[in-house]
Parts: sequence; C-alpha cells; structure tokens
Amino acid sequence: MILHFVGTYVSLVASVLFILALRGLSSAKTSVSGNRFGMVGMTLALIGTQVPVYFENLDISLTSALMKVLVVAVLGGLIGYVIAKKINMTALPQLLAGFHSLVGMGAVFIALASFFLTYGMTSANHDVMHVLELVLGATIGAITFTGSVVAFGKLQGIISGKPWRFKRQRQINVIMGLCLIGLMFAFLIKQTPELLIYAVILSLIIGYMLIMPIGGADMPVVISMLNSYSGWATAGIGFSVSNELLVIVGALVGTSGAILSHIMCKGMNRSLVKVIFGSFGSQNKITNSQNDQMHRNVKLCSPEDAGFILQNANSVIIVPGYGMAVAQAQHVIKELADELKSEDISVKYAIHPVAGRMPGHMNVLLAEANIPYEDVFELEDINNEFGQTDVAIVIGANDITNPAAKEDPASPIYGMPVLDVEKAKTVLFIKRSLGSGYAGIENQLFYRENTMMILGDAKKVCDNLTKVLKNR
Amino acid sequence: MLLTVFVLACFVGYYVVLKVTPALHAPLMSVTNAISSVIIISAVDYVFLSKISKTQNGDLCEWLGLCAIFLTAINIVGGFMITKRMLTMFSVKKNSNKEK
Repeated sequence: MILHFVGTYVSLVASVLFILALRGLSSAKTSVSGNRFGMVGMTLALIGTQVPVYFENLDISLTSALMKVLVVAVLGGLIGYVIAKKINMTALPQLLAGFHSLVGMGAVFIALASFFLTYGMTSANHDVMHVLELVLGATIGAITFTGSVVAFGKLQGIISGKPWRFKRQRQINVIMGLCLIGLMFAFLIKQTPELLIYAVILSLIIGYMLIMPIGGADMPVVISMLNSYSGWATAGIGFSVSNELLVIVGALVGTSGAILSHIMCKGMNRSLVKVIFGSFGSQNKITNSQNDQMHRNVKLCSPEDAGFILQNANSVIIVPGYGMAVAQAQHVIKELADELKSEDISVKYAIHPVAGRMPGHMNVLLAEANIPYEDVFELEDINNEFGQTDVAIVIGANDITNPAAKEDPASPIYGMPVLDVEKAKTVLFIKRSLGSGYAGIENQLFYRENTMMILGDAKKVCDNLTKVLKNR
Repeated sequence: MLLTVFVLACFVGYYVVLKVTPALHAPLMSVTNAISSVIIISAVDYVFLSKISKTQNGDLCEWLGLCAIFLTAINIVGGFMITKRMLTMFSVKKNSNKEK
C-alpha cells in the first residue's frame, strides 16, 4: 500500500517537472535546466510507477519479465542516443517526423496489449467508456504513425513533395472517416479483436491519405499537427489505463502541437482546413500572365558587383529560407556576416515563422553556426527596419518575401504576412534558378528595380562573396 | 476525475506554451515528443500484467508491450538528447561571443 502511495506522489512530481521543462523554453537561458527537469521527470515516472508493481508481486516471479524490459529499453535507448548524436541538424524536420511515428505506433501496441489482456476473460468488465478510450488511443496512434511516416518520406525526399491529388479525394476521405466512426461504434457494442484490428488498419490508411495530398511548403503545419496528434494519442492511452500522468502529459503535448499549428497557419494566412483539403498552386497561371510585361527585366549580378554593394552598405539584413538548409549554408553565412561586421557593417537576421520545414527550423540552424541569438529577429520585430536598411540578402527563401502577398489580391498567397525586403535600398537575391517557390508562385520581387539576382548554390555564392570582400 | 485533470492540463499547456519564444519552437517540438513517450510506463505495466494476471493471451501481450517499450525508448532518449544538443547550441554561443 505504502509503495502505491509513493507511486501516486511520484507521478504528481513528474507532471510538475514536465510542465517546468516546457516553461523553461520561454528563454534560452532557462531552457537547458528545463530540459534537465524533463529528464528527471521521466526517470522518476519510470521508477516511481514500476517499482511498486514489481515489489507487490514478488511472489510471482517477474524477474525474467524485468530483464526483458530492461534489455529492450536499453537497446531502444542506445539507438535513440546514437541517432540524436549523429543526425545532421539540417535533417531535423524528418527526424522529428520519424520520432512522432514511433509514439503513434507505441500507442497502437499498448492499446492492443490492453485489449488482449482482458480479452476472453469472463470476469472482465468492459464498460463502454473504457472501450471507447481504448479504441480512440489506438486509432489516433495509427493515424499519427502513417501520417508521420509519409511526412518523413516527403521531407527526406523519398516521396515526392508535390501534393498528391485525384478526383473525389475529399469525398473518399469523408467516407473513410465515416466508416471509421462506424467501426468504432460496432466495437463499442461487440468487442471482438477483428473489429479493433479493422479500425486500426483503416486508421493507418486514413493517416496516409491525410498527409499525402499536402505539399512541401505546408510541412511546418503538418509536423506541428502530428506533434499534437501524438499528444492526443498519449492522452487516449492515459484515459484507457486510468493513469493521470499520461493524461496530463498527453494534454500538454496535444495543446503544444495545436498552438504551433495555429502559429504556422497564421504565418501562411491559411486555415488548418485549407492546408489539409485546399489545393495550393492550382490557380497560379492567371497571376503569371499578368506579370508578363515585367518578365524580361531580371537583373543578374556577379559576386564582384555584390561585394561592391555590400562594401558600401552600413546595414545588412539576411533573410534565410529552406534553401539555406538544403545547401547547408549556415556556416558560410556566419563567415560572410563576420567579414561584414569586421568592416563595421551591422548585420541582422530576419526569420519568418514558416521559413524552413518546421517551426523554429532556421533558428536552430543559425544557432548551430554560432550566430548570436541577439542578432536574430522574428518577423514582427524587424519588419519595420527594412526601410532603413541598405542591403537585404535573401538566401534560399522565396514565397515569404513575395510582395504579391501584399499587393496582388489575385495571388494565392495574398494576405500572408511577408518580410518587407523590397523596402531595403538593394535586395540581393541568392537563388539556384529563376523558378518559382514551393507554392508554385512567381516572386514579383525578382523584377523590382532594386533587386539583384545572384544565381547559384547558396553555399558557393556566400563563399564567393566572402572571398571577394576579403580580397578588397 | 480524469476528465477534470485533462481539461485543466490543457489550460496549463496552453498558457505555458504561449510563453515559449518562437526561436525555441524546434526544441519545444523535440522535448514534447520525448515526454509524450511517457506511455512507456503503461507498456511496462502490460509486460508485468501479462505475467501477473492469468490471461490466455499472455505471450501476445508481452510481445506487444515489449515492442512498445522498444519504440518509445528510442523516442525518450533520442528526444531528450536532440533537445539538449539544440539547446547547448543556443546557449554556448553567448560565451564564444564574449571571446571575440
């Protein structure tokens, strides 16, 4: 009995520690200790809840089970450790998608274990609430699993990042959703293993169908959404096994992911429903033809010209995007910025909320390159400064700088908050080609008077720029 | 009342996460991923229960539990380690700045 009391209090302490871990992220200073709180909380939760079970049943030999648990857990832990140590920071979005899939699958396994433990027993009390929670945990987990696997494939480039659409897609999805609800109800009435397995399989298909149509540029929303789902799956399992700690953690993670999805949607001026069902890039043909007369006036410039412009500048703002991550240009950018700073030119960085493929993607990469925290600004904090800036350097970003979002009501991205780079005296636009961005929309910025395009790989171009500046 | 706990925890989560600076959104995702793997305790429970309770599906339960433990263990260690790696990048930089 006493051990069980201890278990309850340990869960309480662990929940508080988890909340503190999230709270710590309010500033970079407190975040490291916050993460430590999280680790301590996890250790406490594991020991505090399992030791009582073990000791209360000492008469039944659990030693072999404990050994198996430890072997499997240590093996998994080692794999996780190696992955986290070895992974390249630019691969962070797909890593997180992969991790989310593991939570989803774990939730499915636990729900199945929970069902089969009491299945076939005459004494088992299958009250409706318990069964509902169980099937909810399993289905959300299954959707999270395949959804995350597809997101992983798209981010890793295994699956094409282009939206996958076909006729009557929406209707088919709705029908599958209704079937799932029907299966769940059937399972509530008659608890057979077949029905549960069918529900899981259908959820796996739904997870796949849900994420396949979503394009690369919407990935920040997708990843946050899957983050949220993994939380709700945890909460579902928590309800079905009546564990407060799991319910609390599930609620924390679920809301956290939901808030992130909301922020990402706001950053693109799109609703969650539109991201999932709406098509991006279907009506662009019209806007393209409108810009035809401006088409020919793209100004290309060499690194030498760009170096000259930079040398005569007093202030520079660098706008990074997904292209920087692909080219792994963050370290070269740091060198370029150091070179500019040594000539007393102020250098700042402007980060759009949806730059990159996940929330905070750019910040992590810049931090990896040792770029000072205080030089990096969010959209709303720096947008007014472009007017007083001599040069804005856009590296691997596109849609988030497109003035069409402010000026052209016909543009599909109209209304999306964008960085006002065109207000800078000169815009240096580093890009691999003159193609359109991930949204499939032409960037009007290319044809502006004050825009100079430097075509090439972000890393090579920045390297050349740094060399030019050093030789002067 | 689990539902009460759930709803209150949602509110706590909402107000805590709103305070997170946008720059740290990536570590926020990785740390929430790590802690959501706390379902591992329920997996361990089932491995033990499969031995304790006289169930005809004991072996199946044990296997399902062990699979879940394996997957979530990857997640817990991986999630916390990658978060730690990211956060040290954010904080180390201040020192290197002073040196310059």
